[in-house]
Amino acid sequence: MLRRRAALAVAALIPFLAGAQERVVPIDKLRSGVEFAGADVRAMQADDFANPGFLWVERGEALWREAVAGKSCASCHGDAAMSVRGVAARHPAFDRASGTVVDLEGRINACRVRNQGAQPFERESEELLALTAYVATQSRGMPMAVSIDGPARASFERGRALYTARHGQMNLACTQCHEQSSGKRLYAETLSQGHGTAFPAYRLEWQGVGSLQRRIRACFYGIRAEMPRPGAPELTDLELYLAWRAQGLPIEAPGVRR
Amino acid sequence: MADSRVSVAPQARRGEPFEVRISIRHPMETGYRTNESGEHVPRNVIRRFSCRYNGTPVFAVRVTSGIAANPYFRFFVTARESGPLEFEWIDDAGVRGEARAEVKVT
Repeated sequence: MLRRRAALAVAALIPFLAGAQERVVPIDKLRSGVEFAGADVRAMQADDFANPGFLWVERGEALWREAVAGKSCASCHGDAAMSVRGVAARHPAFDRASGTVVDLEGRINACRVRNQGAQPFERESEELLALTAYVATQSRGMPMAVSIDGPARASFERGRALYTARHGQMNLACTQCHEQSSGKRLYAETLSQGHGTAFPAYRLEWQGVGSLQRRIRACFYGIRAEMPRPGAPELTDLELYLAWRAQGLPIEAPGVRR
Repeated sequence: MADSRVSVAPQARRGEPFEVRISIRHPMETGYRTNESGEHVPRNVIRRFSCRYNGTPVFAVRVTSGIAANPYFRFFVTARESGPLEFEWIDDAGVRGEARAEVKVT
């Protein structure tokens, strides 16, 4: 039984090894942010009813069916459990029509503008968070697997440069907390490895659901650096780098964090 | 808009307690905060939450600003007859909310 489980685990790793890319965190050392959280936060995430993020997911489901100019998400995509399963695991991704890399929020907004002829939702609006949470939830349990080849490469490299460069008055790089010091304490918090696989997530500090961009902006604030505006391309670059760095970790959206 | 989620066991045995869970989407604004322009944000919390079972009050809470946003209540009710559980709440702004669930007693 054990040997069989090991064989299955190896089989599951093959797609990642086949990419043969270098990894920042070895796959056996990858740890989701929830593992750095306290028992109460872990319990909240483990129970879909206690997880307040599902209030947003349910709202997103209603929005999915709501027609805008005669067309809803469901008119084209049908059952989300079938049509958009895996989409969150592949984003950020290069969008041919706009010629840029877009995150899941950007993809939803682009679809809305192109196919529903509607105004894009504002970043961090309740509607965009709800719809993104609903779409992301369809990929729960699937391993993060973004493409950084071809047209996405430049964005990935910019993301990596941002991640490793020092910023702000504290003169800190993302790597100093999330690579060199993950697992150590920063005041009352345990530093995580900095993976974004739970987002959009319910954060107790926010008393609500927020995007990965909002979480990254909070880090910029924490190190007293200038925060990129919501929707800024630098944030998408970082999101792509983070997704690549986390590949193999299962999607947890909507996660719960402190 | 999904402003609440209710979870009740679909079947309950007469005379035995069953679990009721409800979470309500609400900012539970404490009244102690200021917004980005420094203006006071008025208090807006759910003032009262209550639940009736077959028309009889079985659970009520006077909620205060010490409760976090999107409150979650979990309590037990003794099964008597099949019928509705009706939830009702009102906040400082006078906005009422309600939800309903059916209980089948065997």
